Amino acid sequence: MSKRIDVKDLNVYYSKFLAVEDVNINIEARSVTAFIGPSGCGKSTFLRTLNRMHEVIPGARVEGEVLLDGDNLYDTAVDPVTVRGQIGMVFQRPNPFPTMSIRDNVLAGVKLNNKRMSKSDADDLVEKSLSGANLWNEVKDRLARPGSGLSGGQQQRLCIARAIAVSPQVILMDEPCSALDPISTLAIEDLINELKAEYTVVIVTHNMQQAARVSDKTAFFNIAGTGKPGKLIEYDDTTTIFNKPSIKATEDYVSGRFG
Amino acid sequence: MMTGRDRPPFTAGISSDLPSSARHRAVTASEIDRLEGRDVSTHTLKASTDRGRAGDKIFSGISLTAGILILAVLFSVAVFLLVQAAPTFTADPTEITGGNGFTSYILPIVIGTVIAAIIALVIATPIGIAVALFISHYAPRRLARAFGYVIDLLAAIPSVIYGAWGYIVLAPQLAKGYTWLAENLGWIPFFTGPASQTGKTMLTAGIVLAVMVIPIITSLSREIFLQTPTLHEEAALAMGATRWEMVRMAVLPFARPGIISATMLGLGRALGETMAVALVLSPGALGASLIRTGNQTIAAEIALNFPEAFGLRLNELIAAGLVLFVITLIVNMIARFIITRHKEFSGAN
Repeated sequence: MSKRIDVKDLNVYYSKFLAVEDVNINIEARSVTAFIGPSGCGKSTFLRTLNRMHEVIPGARVEGEVLLDGDNLYDTAVDPVTVRGQIGMVFQRPNPFPTMSIRDNVLAGVKLNNKRMSKSDADDLVEKSLSGANLWNEVKDRLARPGSGLSGGQQQRLCIARAIAVSPQVILMDEPCSALDPISTLAIEDLINELKAEYTVVIVTHNMQQAARVSDKTAFFNIAGTGKPGKLIEYDDTTTIFNKPSIKATEDYVSGRFG
Repeated sequence: MMTGRDRPPFTAGISSDLPSSARHRAVTASEIDRLEGRDVSTHTLKASTDRGRAGDKIFSGISLTAGILILAVLFSVAVFLLVQAAPTFTADPTEITGGNGFTSYILPIVIGTVIAAIIALVIATPIGIAVALFISHYAPRRLARAFGYVIDLLAAIPSVIYGAWGYIVLAPQLAKGYTWLAENLGWIPFFTGPASQTGKTMLTAGIVLAVMVIPIITSLSREIFLQTPTLHEEAALAMGATRWEMVRMAVLPFARPGIISATMLGLGRALGETMAVALVLSPGALGASLIRTGNQTIAAEIALNFPEAFGLRLNELIAAGLVLFVITLIVNMIARFIITRHKEFSGAN
C-alpha cells in the first residue's frame, strides 16, 4: 500500500517565475523523508508538485517528471484527480470541513470515490482511520459533532485520519505541526513514526529537531537570494545530514549559523 | 514584601507611619522597579490620553443616531400602517370591496403574491447560483470579471423597464407556449386552458420577476463563493475531488447561509415588486391556472387602485400593504431561523 517516488529534472514555475530548479530525488517506499530549509526556498512548493496540487494556483506549472513507482504523474493522460486520490496531503493549518461532523470528515474522501458503503463498513473505516490517527479514544463519543469543535492538535489528527481513510500510497505533510503546541506536536510525530510502517511519508518542516526525530532521510533546500529559484542542495540519511553533511551550506543551516 | 501595585501613589517609602524596616523595603522595591525601567506610578493607567478620544465619541454618536433613526422610521411606518388600516377591520363586511369582508378580499391576492414570488424563486435560485458558481469557480478570470459587470448592470435596470419588456416582448412570445401547454399538459391544474392569448398571465409575471431577481441572487452568492477559505477548497482537491465535488464539499456548505440570505433578499424583491407585475399581469380572480388571465398580487393591486381610492377603499389598500409587510417580516424571520439553526456547523466557531 505504499509506493516510491522518483523525481527527475523537475523545474517548478509560477507563471514565468522559476520557483524551484532542477530537482532530482528518490524517495523510498515506507520511509519518512523530511524537507528542510529556510522560508521561501521552495520546499512547500516542491511538495505540492508531488500530488499535482501545485497547478491549482493559476499560472502554476512544472517541467520534468515525477514517477510514482515508475508512472509519470505529469503524463498527459493522467488525471490530477486520480493522482490526488492516491497521494494524500495534510496541510499546515488543520482544515477539517467545518460543516461536516467528525465522522463525515473521515468519510469525505471515501465518499468521493462513489463507493457504496454499508453503515457497518463505514463505522469500521471511521474507527480504523481515527485509531490510525490516535484520535479514536478522544472522539469516539462525539462522532456526530462538528470537526471544528476539536482542539487544533485534534483537528490536525482528524485531517490525518481523513487522509489515511482512502488508503493512499503516499502521505504528504506540509508543516503539519507548525500551528500546534508541543504536546500535540509530539502526538503527531509519534503518529508519523507509526504511519511509516504502511505509508510513504514526506514531511516539510521548519523544525530541524523534528526532522531529526521523525525522518529516515532529509533533503535540504536552499535559495541563493530573493527572486532566485530554490534548489535541492543535499539529500542523504538524516543522521548524515545532521552530523557530517558534505556541503558547507547544509552544515551552516543545521548548526543554526544561518537561515 | 510590597509590590508596586499595592503601594499608594507618590507616598512609597516616605509614609511616616510605616515602621522603618517596612519603609526601607518599600524604597528598595521602588528603586528596583526604576532600575529595571518599570513605571512606578499607578497613575499611568488612570490618566486618560486624549489621543483618539474625540473620534471615538463622534463615531459612537453617529452610529447610535443611525441605529435609532432606523428604528424610528420602522416604527413610524408600522404605526402609520396600523392606524390607517384599522377602519378596514372594524367596517361592515358588506362595505369592503367584494362585499364579503376583508379576509375574502385579501386572501386571493395574498395567494397571488406568494405564487408569483414562488415561481420567481423556483426559476431564479438555481440559475442565480449556477451563474455565480460559473463566475467564481469555472470561468477564466477575464471572462468572469466581464460577466460580473454585466450581472451588476442587470441589477441596476429599473423595474418599469423590465415590466415594459415583459409586456411587449416576452408576453407575446410566451403566449404561443401557453397555448401548447394548455393543449398538451392541460390536465395539470396549473396549465388548464384556455390559455391567455396576450400572454399576460401569472407565469409571465413570475418569469419577469425571476429575471429581476437573478442578478440579486447571483451577485450576492458570487461574493460569498469567492470568500470560501482556500484551505477548505484545497482540502477537498487534495483528497482527489473534482471541481464540482470540491464545490459541493467546500464552497456550497460554506456559502449556505449567504445563499439563503441572497434568496431571501430576492424573495423580498419578488414579493414587493409592483411596477413589473402591474404591467405584465392582467389581473382577475384567483385561479389555479398560471397561463390564464387572472390572479393578482398585493403590490400591483395597491398600485393600480391607489390613485382613485378614497375613504374606506384607501384604508383597505393600506391594510393590504400591512399584510404584505407582515408576510415579508415572517419570511425574513424564517430565513434567520434557518441560518442560526446550523450555526454550530457553519465554521464560525
